[in-house]
Amino acid sequence: MLGKTAGGLFWMFRGLERAENTARLIEAGFRIALTRSSDPEGEWQSVIVTAAQQAGYDAKYDHYASTPVVDYLLRDMDNPSSVRATIKTARDNARLTRTALTTEVWAAVNEAWLVLNDRLAHPVPETELPDVLDIIRRQSALVRGALYGTMLRNDIFDFCRLGTFVERADSTARIIDVKYHTLLPSPSFVGSRMDNVQWEMVLRSVSAHRSFRWAEDGDYNAINIANFLILDRRMPRSLSYCVHEIVSNLEYLASQYDQDTPSLEMARKMQATLKDRDIQSIFDEGLHEFLLHAIRSTAELGGQIETDYRFNA
Amino acid sequence: MHFNEMSDEAGVREVYAHYGTWFDAQDYDHLHRKSAEAEAFFRRTGITFNVYGQADAEERLIPFDLVPRILSAKEWNKLARGVDQRVRAINAFLHDIYNRQEILRAGIIPKHLIAENEAFIPQMMDFTPPGSIYTHIVGTDIVRTGPDDFFVLEDNARTPSGVSYMLENRETMLQMFPELFSRIKIQRVSDYPKNLRASLEGCAPPACTGKPCVAVLTPGIHNSAYYEHSFLADQMGVELVEGHDLRVIDGRIAMRTTRGYKAIDVLYRRVDDDFLDPLTFNPDSMLGVPGIMDIYRAGGITIANAPGTGVADDKAIYSYMPEIVKFYTGERPLLRNVETFRCSEPDSLAYVLDNLADLVVKEVHGSGGYGMLVGPAASKQELEDFAAKLRAKPHGYIAQPTLSLSTVPIFTDAGLAPRHVDLRPFALVSPGDISIAPGGLTRVALTEGSLVVNSSQGGGTKDTWVLAEE
Repeated sequence: MLGKTAGGLFWMFRGLERAENTARLIEAGFRIALTRSSDPEGEWQSVIVTAAQQAGYDAKYDHYASTPVVDYLLRDMDNPSSVRATIKTARDNARLTRTALTTEVWAAVNEAWLVLNDRLAHPVPETELPDVLDIIRRQSALVRGALYGTMLRNDIFDFCRLGTFVERADSTARIIDVKYHTLLPSPSFVGSRMDNVQWEMVLRSVSAHRSFRWAEDGDYNAINIANFLILDRRMPRSLSYCVHEIVSNLEYLASQYDQDTPSLEMARKMQATLKDRDIQSIFDEGLHEFLLHAIRSTAELGGQIETDYRFNA
Repeated sequence: MHFNEMSDEAGVREVYAHYGTWFDAQDYDHLHRKSAEAEAFFRRTGITFNVYGQADAEERLIPFDLVPRILSAKEWNKLARGVDQRVRAINAFLHDIYNRQEILRAGIIPKHLIAENEAFIPQMMDFTPPGSIYTHIVGTDIVRTGPDDFFVLEDNARTPSGVSYMLENRETMLQMFPELFSRIKIQRVSDYPKNLRASLEGCAPPACTGKPCVAVLTPGIHNSAYYEHSFLADQMGVELVEGHDLRVIDGRIAMRTTRGYKAIDVLYRRVDDDFLDPLTFNPDSMLGVPGIMDIYRAGGITIANAPGTGVADDKAIYSYMPEIVKFYTGERPLLRNVETFRCSEPDSLAYVLDNLADLVVKEVHGSGGYGMLVGPAASKQELEDFAAKLRAKPHGYIAQPTLSLSTVPIFTDAGLAPRHVDLRPFALVSPGDISIAPGGLTRVALTEGSLVVNSSQGGGTKDTWVLAEE
């Protein structure tokens, strides 16, 4: 496979994952600002911070509110991480890697772009937001379904999955980090119930408010939530799950290509920091430091994958 | 009165008999729905092209008409033999031009037409590509004026495009009207990608060891024909590369893969000559590969089509095609040329200027329907402006009488309506074999009375059927 093609697939799936994550963030923010919060401006700011878009947003707007935040994250083409921009990038990458995709995957990505580009061409009024977010979720699901249902499990598939999980690991770590202070157990918090709004925001941002209830029997405390999002391998957006997927895809590549790579080495190191880990020890080490390290390692890993598989040169 | 390929005074022509019966039984609303479905299918599959000179570089669909263009096996066989002969002559001509130049010595073609030809590439002199094949893929534009009257309008010997539409149009028709294909036996075109790959593999260079590695070279996703490039690479199961994926390694052109560099044996390039090698041609080109010409000449890679094939298909050389066919094949040309006035010749120029309103004038090096004048459709002012251009640069133009092009009906809101068509069959040349997909691409002018079928100028396409032998 061409290095360029591998890069195109990687970035195509990073883009699709990012679009979905952004939509989920907007959904969580929208819901909480509408129904629960005494400080909607603060909630919208935290949505922007979680999406890692503060600099770009602040350059354009001087306040935080539903309309500008939703517009910036959903459809602003000046924001390369907006849903509309990431879907376009994903579709451009799909065109570039057309020869590596099944017709079904290509058609699904192309349709996602056609539908969303049209739907996001004009500002989305609040009344239509749930519908638009639903379309984003549905289009992403169609692409994922086509990928799983029709693609050969070879190196092409591995690069798609690597893009997905590198993006997701980064996103999950960021979401926890933005809210980490609310998760920090202070002496007075130990054993006490957390601020309901905050945990709901975090869990909704990763579509896990239901699965958390199943996994932890609804015991909402800081330790449980952090454990669930960082270490629980059953949870498809947890850091541990993402890193596990990255390692196994890199291992498939290593065995297909019959060569071990520095990126596999790096991923295994990340995995080692999570394996058999006790959540209390992460709190002891410092949650924020731990998450910053995870974000940095993920970025370095992405760069190393690019180098190892000759995406650009 | 223009020749209507579906029906004449006597009624529906025999080739359309079965189709006509089927069509008469159709409900128009149903057909309109099918038509909309076809458009949605093209949109969803991304069968689009980019239009040059459009600011927003939007992707457009080539309109598809659901009424097929039908040829009998007998009509087709005659055409195919003619195309085969012409393609053989073009390859022999190119070999001659780049070697001994017998045809110039024999005085059949004026030397200056080659010497001053922008498409002539001196670096091709005294070099014979593998199998002595210059044009691996040829798209011959053919028009029709009567039941037995076919003319070649143009020989596209550089990088002819449109074959993906031939294939997708058939695919679309199969999906929309499966019942037609069980009722009427039509010759298959779906082998084209397989044949293309085999034909390219058959031209592997001396440096190739083992199974030849084929790749398609595209200028990139912004090129108007990018869809076709990716389609062909995909259908052949080969890599689609751009210049920046390639580099010279150990005397070979190699592509950057996830596992390191891999040598390419045959490069089906869809990049123009000028941009192929910045060391040899346009130094600003980012689209090609520096050094590829040297490697080509040393037998390290096969380039398809060969650089410099354009000397065989410009419109000045075109006017000599009957002589070229006779000279190299020793046969009478099976397909006719359209009468052509070379404006470089003073008598012809005078005639053209006097009769501009009745002629079609084309740039010698033009393509895609750009820069041409259709006399009968032009305003007085347009005629005057064009006459000035002609006087200023007569050697840049040829002129042809306006032919009474045949029509095939298209399906409109008001039912069937005749529109002018042309036909581009695609020939694949490999050592010892020329294969021509039965049919080709039918382009149709969608505006009533218009003769311009180019997609860049608002033309559409039709599926082209060649009926099975009886």
